[in-house]
Amino acid sequence: MENLVEHFVELIRRASTDLPADVEAALREAKEREADGSAAAGALTTILENVALARANSTPICQDTGVPIFYVFYPPGRGISTHQFRRQAEEAVAEATRRAYLRPNAVDALTGQNSGNNLGQGFPTFHFEEWERDDIRVNLLLKGGGSENVGVQYKLPDARLQAGRDLEGVRRAVLDAVYQAQGKGCAPAILGVALGSDRGYGYVHAKEQLFRPLGDVNAEPTLAALEERLLRECNELGVGPMGFGGRTTVLGVKIGAYHRLPACYFVSVAYMCWACRRASMTIYNNGEVEYD
Amino acid sequence: MASYDLQIPISEDEIRRLAVGDTVYLNGVIVTGRDAAHKYMIENFIRTDAATDTLPPADQALYEELRSLLAGGVIYHCGPVVRQDEKGEWHFVAAGPTTSIREEPYEADVIAHFGLRGVIGKGGMGPNTLIACREYGAAYFHAVGGAASLIADAVKEVLAVHKKDEFGVPEAFWVIRVERFPVVVTMDAHGRSIHSDVAADSQAALERLLAGS
Repeated sequence: MENLVEHFVELIRRASTDLPADVEAALREAKEREADGSAAAGALTTILENVALARANSTPICQDTGVPIFYVFYPPGRGISTHQFRRQAEEAVAEATRRAYLRPNAVDALTGQNSGNNLGQGFPTFHFEEWERDDIRVNLLLKGGGSENVGVQYKLPDARLQAGRDLEGVRRAVLDAVYQAQGKGCAPAILGVALGSDRGYGYVHAKEQLFRPLGDVNAEPTLAALEERLLRECNELGVGPMGFGGRTTVLGVKIGAYHRLPACYFVSVAYMCWACRRASMTIYNNGEVEYD
Repeated sequence: MASYDLQIPISEDEIRRLAVGDTVYLNGVIVTGRDAAHKYMIENFIRTDAATDTLPPADQALYEELRSLLAGGVIYHCGPVVRQDEKGEWHFVAAGPTTSIREEPYEADVIAHFGLRGVIGKGGMGPNTLIACREYGAAYFHAVGGAASLIADAVKEVLAVHKKDEFGVPEAFWVIRVERFPVVVTMDAHGRSIHSDVAADSQAALERLLAGS
């Protein structure tokens, strides 16, 4: 298998230091909506200055560079070994940590010892899938602990929320998740939501939704309508940037529906902070690499 | 809403003058401390039956240093990205706040024990910390979560690091000198908290939305 280590390092650098253009534009629009001189406007101004500075200096947007989560799509017949792929990505993660694009974040759950290089049991995480195309696609998400802590999985029906096993129940669950999070997950957030699936894959799919650009409209009209409604209603909660109060609590809501067991109806909400550090690269057959 | 430049150590008068919504620029020496640091301070220095002079010498020295830095001082809930140069000196590369609420079980005691005047973090803290702020004259300073490169720019010097090998880089006590570190007062020494106001308002909004479906 070809050596992709430097490409992985560059992908990590971009994810950590260069906020995606659609997210930055949404933050800019959010700032315009907030009252002049408000704490909310001040927070968004600081956020935008920080985004520009991080990009210019190639330093992390946020010090919590999170768990690197790799979603890899690869073609058959190009000599891809998922084992080698993982080894190369891990080498890149350790190198990116040395170059201070990543903070050492892997802590042994038994001893409390930080491994110092972001490598450990199940750290970073990988999801591999073979696909029909002949290029390799790598999606990377850096998701920090503050936002991860406010993610929540509902099991419908939920008596407290009077949420049944239907889209109205989903709506109630998502609104509750955003209310519960307050400013603790670094609002304004982007929500990735998965309906159905099992408990484990519910969150995996919810995080996949975070790769959709903010302007992307769901191909399923029912979900598109729910995304739009939830975006509006989450912002009516008034939590605001950083929980300071204000008009922008959420920048986007992305929902996917997956088959479920008859007995289970999970709503998995992955709460992504405003520093939505996603980056992707495509490695073509001729060896050319494109980052986006 | 006023704007202040404060020099650390901060006096009680200066803290009691602040109100929620005020912008503050902090200057001077502060100490980072988060989950492991708070647990350590509580278990070894604060909620312990043993006299602190029976501590192992290294912990005793750290205790003395923290006592002098935190009297009138500021603790920062932060796990930075750091870089060590060829001379072995440390630099902060990215240094935004971490979520403070995890320290709620400890912070009131830390404020009381050391005579802290300020806690910097994000997301706000709960009723025990708010009561301690009023009783002892302290404030909660909210930094902008995720604004890590910008805040690292305000960190002019890393003076020392303690417990790095034991706790890891994010959890260590980093002693840093800051200039014009920008924060907003979201919990003041008069019992006001923006966080409880926003929680109450958003709860009312949630109830409206759920009733109107």
